[in-house]
This record gives sequence, structure tokens and C-alpha cells, in this order.
Amino acid sequence: MHLSGIVVFPGTNCEFDVAESIDKAGGISQLIWHDTTDLSKFDSIVIAGGFAHGDYLRPGAIAKFSPVMSSIERFANDGGTVVGICNGFQVLTEVGLLPGALQKNDSLTFICKNVEIVVSSNFSPLTKNIEIGTELLIPINHFSGNFTVDSETLKVLEDSGRVVFRYKSNPNGSTASIAGISNETGNVVGLMPHPERASDILLGSEDGLRLLKNLILI
Amino acid sequence: MSNSLHVELGLTDEEFQEIKNVLKRDPNDLELAMYAVMWSEHCSYKSSRVHLKRLPTTGPRVLVGPGENAGVIDAGDGMAVALRIESHNHPSAIEPTQGAATGAGGILRDIFTMGARPIALLDPLYVGPLDTPRHKWLLESIVRGISSYGNSVGVPTVGGEIHIEPCFGENPLVNVMCVGVMPVERLILAQASGVGNFAILLGSRTGRDGIGGVSVLASQEFNSQADSSAKLPNVQVGDPYEEKRLIEACLELLNQKLVVGIQDLGGAGLTCATSETAARAGLGMDVDINAVPLREPNMNSVEIMTSESQERMLAIVEPVALQDVLDVCRKFEIRATVVGTVTEPENGVGYLCIRNGLEGEILAKVPAKSLADEAPLYNRPLKRPSNLDEKLSTQNPNSLVGKFDLNADIKELLIDESWIYRQYDHQLFLNTVIPPGFDGTLLRLNEPGGLKTSKAVAISTDGNPTWCAIDPMQGTILTVVEGAMNVAVTGSEPVAIVNCLNLGSPEHPEVMWQLSEIVNGMSEACLALGTPVVGGNVSLYNANDGEDIDPTPVIGTLGIRDLVGYKSQVPKVQKSSNENVSDALPSTNVIVLVGGPNPFEESQEFLLGGSSWATKCRNLKGGYLPKIDLGEVKTLIKAIHLFIEKSNAVHDISSGGIGVGLAKLILNYLNTGIEVEGEMSAAALFCELPGRVVLSVDEKNEKSVFEIAGEVGLPIYRLGVARGNRFVVKTSKSIDCGNGIDLEIDELKKSYLGNLEKLVIQ
Repeated sequence: MHLSGIVVFPGTNCEFDVAESIDKAGGISQLIWHDTTDLSKFDSIVIAGGFAHGDYLRPGAIAKFSPVMSSIERFANDGGTVVGICNGFQVLTEVGLLPGALQKNDSLTFICKNVEIVVSSNFSPLTKNIEIGTELLIPINHFSGNFTVDSETLKVLEDSGRVVFRYKSNPNGSTASIAGISNETGNVVGLMPHPERASDILLGSEDGLRLLKNLILI
Repeated sequence: MSNSLHVELGLTDEEFQEIKNVLKRDPNDLELAMYAVMWSEHCSYKSSRVHLKRLPTTGPRVLVGPGENAGVIDAGDGMAVALRIESHNHPSAIEPTQGAATGAGGILRDIFTMGARPIALLDPLYVGPLDTPRHKWLLESIVRGISSYGNSVGVPTVGGEIHIEPCFGENPLVNVMCVGVMPVERLILAQASGVGNFAILLGSRTGRDGIGGVSVLASQEFNSQADSSAKLPNVQVGDPYEEKRLIEACLELLNQKLVVGIQDLGGAGLTCATSETAARAGLGMDVDINAVPLREPNMNSVEIMTSESQERMLAIVEPVALQDVLDVCRKFEIRATVVGTVTEPENGVGYLCIRNGLEGEILAKVPAKSLADEAPLYNRPLKRPSNLDEKLSTQNPNSLVGKFDLNADIKELLIDESWIYRQYDHQLFLNTVIPPGFDGTLLRLNEPGGLKTSKAVAISTDGNPTWCAIDPMQGTILTVVEGAMNVAVTGSEPVAIVNCLNLGSPEHPEVMWQLSEIVNGMSEACLALGTPVVGGNVSLYNANDGEDIDPTPVIGTLGIRDLVGYKSQVPKVQKSSNENVSDALPSTNVIVLVGGPNPFEESQEFLLGGSSWATKCRNLKGGYLPKIDLGEVKTLIKAIHLFIEKSNAVHDISSGGIGVGLAKLILNYLNTGIEVEGEMSAAALFCELPGRVVLSVDEKNEKSVFEIAGEVGLPIYRLGVARGNRFVVKTSKSIDCGNGIDLEIDELKKSYLGNLEKLVIQ
């Protein structure tokens, strides 16, 4: 069975939610404290949302130096599946596993709400078996979700099918309404929306569970 | 007697004499400062306690009532729910962002002190009209403070409310309620039991922030903006990241059963935590002032003992567990320092002894109980305001004549609060079944990463200063009913309340009369509805330019329901300014009112006193509040699940009466028009009698809904039908309102969606 390691920095707060949803998707999960360095037993690594190390300085800037991060870089470079959700996406851009940066929302306020996103590529562990153009209802919950990237990199991302998710209606000022991207080899994906928060119809949507079900098929 | 230190510290001459009687000698400066903070209004409730003891506090579900850090309710399935409400009014008036932020921080500690993981915050706010830059800045900053702290500390903020009234201009009310969950067996009380056990200070270092906060800030009125700037150094500054690690560390300590007692450091800081834990156990405590880790050099003993630096806890630990405790703290990067030991009582008296070194010179030695429990109690004089009757009769909205535009009034009375709750993470922990923006919030009753149940808790915070200014007793009864109904319409049974009484100066007999009336009203309503009061907070000295605020009891109501068979009535996509509500109704629906008098009958009395239509649209602050039949409300609450089953939307009538209630039914649920059949008087349309619900019922269920009402003995009226794209209510001529209400729902939406944001941002 697929075993996901969920990274927990001091200040991370979505770890229980991600664990519950991965379990619901049919996988199993284990929380990994940020000083862990041996990731060999995991089939995938998920960096959950929250405020790693308080997100002081800027989101992800201190998390970059946690011991687990160099192991995650090796894990990813060896082809391992890595997913960064929200703060996890911010951390992945900070360490350079994904390009670009997540700036403050253009409203300069925190935004928590359900948004519609569109699957724009299958080149990621979350969207392998989801038809391009599929609309998903998934919450966002961030202050710094404004994905920003230079025009050359944007072109590369667009041309190589690495824009994985786009907002239907841009909530935060992101370049090209980008909500999530993958790396060159398609094994690392970061997204601002929280699939774990859309994994129970009781809470309004099960669309996120579809993404996590793709993850555990790996 | 030298007119000096004790007066400066906020103690009266009589209180100074009482301290000398307790000690049988003169106190030294440190001792005096410790008494000053502990005997402050904020910590001792010395003006309110004689009244608060009249409240009903017991019930079959109550595990812990008032007096501990939080009330605790047995929710069944092995789960206990801790709840508490507090005010952070005075700090928020001075430095709104930090004031509001540390309000959240403080109450979280009260909850995890009991062993519970905080799963929800709610923030009821009462602010001045948003027509001045300062009032806008205050609201924007308060919301930012709650948002930045609550989101970062990892506890969802799932509700609250906002009231806008002139009396809160310079003295906004920022109340905060917190709910936590735990397996029943983790429940722990803040006691320093076990002589020889260590007292360990956890968390932040101690600095000069918040020194004398409770005595100087929260127990005196301040009169001007200049005055509030001068008090700035008394405001604490919060660090949500420290608090987050503190929560995780403390829950880990409790899960591993490594502590025998734990207490947060809030108002009155170390003095409060050490004296209260020792007093509860009937023991003493030695505290080494040199061991306390400091943030700033050269702090003196008074500063160390009274500092209100945030994010600190005091844990009582057996010596054998010390190393394990230190290991857990190291993992979470939490500072942990032994600062004291629990001591035997001397001749039956447990002393709090502050020393210079654990075996060193004694700097202060006072009976712990005298600090914690024996502040003088005042039965202050009460007086009904002499001009109240005149005001009520001259400004009575039921005697209105004139011509009024109800379309404009309805638009004015609807406030879209989404600008506030969108800034709060209200979804964390995957519990939020009914999000903020509806009546009560409904949360799955699950411990994140722990015990799961098939139940849910409903939570609501409600306060109505306008009602309570007219009649504090009846206003409080109506407020308790509104809270119970907000919870009931989620299908939950209201089981307990907590309350935060926000009032003016207790030195004014009129304010003490308000307090007494509020307590009487709360007692009557809670007894009738079977909701014991399990905790509370009193915030006095809320005044502005010498004028006391309108009395504002805020009620936090907790309800419980089973989730088996739950069917959601909440639209999938939440409304926002650039999205339409989806899921329009597929078939013809009938709109029904359950409870109260017949709104179509001219002979019925619908009192408009305190209604937002009278006060906000007509500027009339008098009149009389509607009477209520609490027995009927109880019947409705008991039967409400039967109505919910047969309906596709249920909404309780509160602020704005039937008029605003129907508009909210359209905006929040139906997305179709409503046409009311027959004529209603303006009084019937806007009378704010709670304890009633409007239902949207598929026409094939109409008959059975009427049958249910007949069986349980509740009045029920068909109001009209949900169809088309207009909201139409014809009014009778008792008060001339032209054509009544006739609005296109797109126009209604356009005026409603984003209107609070526009008020603040523009």
C-alpha cells in the first residue's frame, strides 16, 4: 500500500487533515518531524500547509534550513514523488525544487474560501488520470498565494505542460491565474489550494479526494 | 497613610487596610503590587461576584462549571468539550491589532490548560460607525489581528458577529470565544498538588509588556485618544508561533501524563498562576525570582511578578518526570525552566513565597488563598437610570407616523460579514460543516489526529447592545434565546452557554443595576431553556468620554447533535461579490413561519423597541422590547429537527425581524424571490422577537409541516411562496410604508454582497 510521509515543521498545522484525507483516498500516511533525514521507506512526501517556523521573514524561508529538506531534495532528484500544499508549495519554491515565488495576495489580505480550479495538465502525480479541463471545487487559505514568475520561465512552464492548475477566477493576482505547477520531470508538484479540505461531501466538496487518489496510485 | 503606592496601583485605602489585616503587618512594595493585580476588578470580579452567583451553573452534562480556566461539557462518545469566552476590549482600543491578537492567544491557553485541543475561535465585535477613518482603522486592525494570530497559531476562526453602534467608537468591544475537545480522561485541573513538586515555567521569556494590564488598563476607564496612547506600554504583544509550539508541547505533556497540573499565565502573570494553583490545592509555593528567564535586563521583582508577557504556562511536575518534560519541550523548541516548588502549608496556611534564589532571601510572603480567592467583594449600589422611562416613551417607534421606503431600509439592514470571515482560516481540521455566514456554525466533533465521533457541535456568539440599553433583563433573555435558536436551526440541542458581560463603570449605580438585571435575565432564560452557564467573564469600565457603553452581554452557546443522517442545506459555493449563489430551488416552495403571534393580524402587538429598523433606519432608541414565551421557545427547540427534516432551508428570526430574515433566506439559501401573501404591518415585519423560524418547504411537505406544528402545539403561519426573482411584501397602513418591499433579488444581492468591505475600504 502507498505510504506517504507528511512533513511537520514546528508551525505546520494541516498535517492531521492531510493524513486523514490520504487515508480516506486509500493510502496510509505517517507524520515526519522536520529533523528526520531518512525518507527511504516512503512512496511519496507531502509537505502540508501551515506556518513553518512561524513563516517569519517570509513563508518557507526558514523551513528551507530544516534537516528534512536536504533529504527531500535528494528524494525528488532521485525521481521520488513530492507534493507541496499551500505552505508546502511556498517551501518548494524557496528551496528551488519548483520555480517562481509566492508573493502576498494582491488584496493584501488573507483569503479563505472555496474556489473553482481547472486541471490544465496531466504532468503531475495529482492529475495523471484526470481529464484536462476538469473543474474542481477546492478551498484556498493563504496570505501569500500570488504565484509570480518571470516571463521566460512562464513560457517554459506553459510550453512544457507544467502549469497543472489554474484558477477559474483569479483570487490573488497570480501570474496567468496559476494555482499549481510541476517540475521538469513531473514528479514534484506544488499547489496553493488544499485538496485535503475537499475530501468529504459533508464539508462541501470531494473534488480534492480525486487528486489524492491519483497520488496513492503511484 | 501615605497617599502613594497603593493608590497608584489602583487599590483603595480600605483595600490597603485589608491587606494589612491579612498580613498583620505592612506589605512591602512587591507584596502590594501582587495584591493590586490580583485584587483588580479584572482578576477578582469583586464588583460582579455577588450577582454572578445567582446564575444556574449545573446540569447533567456539566463536567466543570465556572471558576476554572474553562467550562467543560460531556458531549458523549467519550468526548469532552471545553469552552470559554473573554474580552480584550481595552487593549484593542489602544493597539487594535495586537490587542485583538493577544485576546485570541490568551483564551487558547485557557482551553489547552484544561487538556483540550482548541478547535475553534469565534470573535464577536462591536465597533463604532464606519464613517470616520479612525473607526475604519480600528475595525480593519482588529480583524487583521485576529486573522494573523488565529491563522498562524493553527486554530480556525469559525464565527462571530459584528454590531455597529456609536457608543463603541473609541471603546470597541473585542470578545473571543474558544472551544476545545478532548477525550474525557485527559481533563486536567490547574492544581499545584504534591509537596516537593516542581513549578516549571514554559514558553516565552518574561518582558516588560503588559505590566499592570489588568489593574491599570482593564479596571479603569480611559477618556480620550491621548489617554489611550499614554497607556500603550501596557499592551502585550503576541507571538502565534511560540503559542503554536506551546499548544503542541502541552498536549504532548498531557498525553504522556507528565504533568500533575498546568495553568496559563494571563492577567496578573506569574502572581496569578502561582497563587491560583497553590490556592486550589490548599498548598504553598516557593518561587525563585532569579530563575525566571527574562527578555530585558534589569527587570525588578515587581515587574517580573506582574508582567503579562504572552505565551507562557506554569506546569506542576513531579521530580521524577522532570527530564521527560524537558525532553518534550526541547523537541518543540519550548523554553522550560524550574522556577519554584510546591510547599507544605504552615499552620494550615499555604504561603506564596517569592525568594531571591530558591533557598535565598524572602522578597514576599503572602497567603496564596488571600491573593487568589479573598479579594474584598463589593455589593455596590444599584439604581435604575432615572431618565430611562422618559426616553423609552418619547422615542417609542410603535407611535411612528410618516412615510417610509422599506426597500432602502432592507438594504441598509443587511450587512455582508464575509469580508471579515474570509480573512480567517475557518476550515482547518476538516470539521466545518456549516461555515460562518449562516446562523450557527456546525463543526464535526473530532479531535485532530485523535478521537473521532459521529457527533457535531454547533456554536454561536450573540450580543445585542440595543436591546439591552432599553431593557437589560428582557434584552438578555432575548439574547439567550437568539443564541439557542442559532444553534437549534443546525439541528443541535443547546446544552450550555458561556457569557461575557461588557459594561461601563461599576462605580456608577446605573451600571451595577444593568449588571444585576442582566444576571436576572440570563438566569431566567437559561433555567427555562436548560442551558447552564459554565463560564464567563466580566469586562467593566468600558466607557468613552465619560459615557458608559450600552450594556452588552455576549452569549456563547454550545449545542450538540448527531451527524448520522445529516443533510446539508448549505449551498456548495459560498456567496461572494463576484459569484452568484448556485443551486436555485428546483420546485415550488412554500415559506412558513413557526412560533410567535400571527404577523398578518392587525390586532397583535408587535413591539418595535430595540429593533434595528427603529434604531438604525428611524433613529428611535426607545420603546419596549417584545415579550417572549420561553415555554414556546423550548417546545420549538425540542421539535426543530422535525421541521428541518421536511424543509430545504431553515433560518431563525433575529435582528431585523421577519423582513431581514426573509431577505437572508433568499441570499443565503434560496436564490429565488419570495412573495408574501397578504398584508403585514411594519411592526410585524420588523419586530425582533427571536424564538421563531422561517422554513422553506417543498409544497408537497406543507401539510405535514402544519401537522407537526399542530401535534407539538406550536403556532404556524404560511407566509407566502418562494418563486420568481422578486422579494415582495405588502404592508398594511398602521405605519405608512408605501408599497412595502418590492425588490429584485439581483438588486438585493448587488447592495448586500461586499457592502461591509466597501464601508471599510473606501
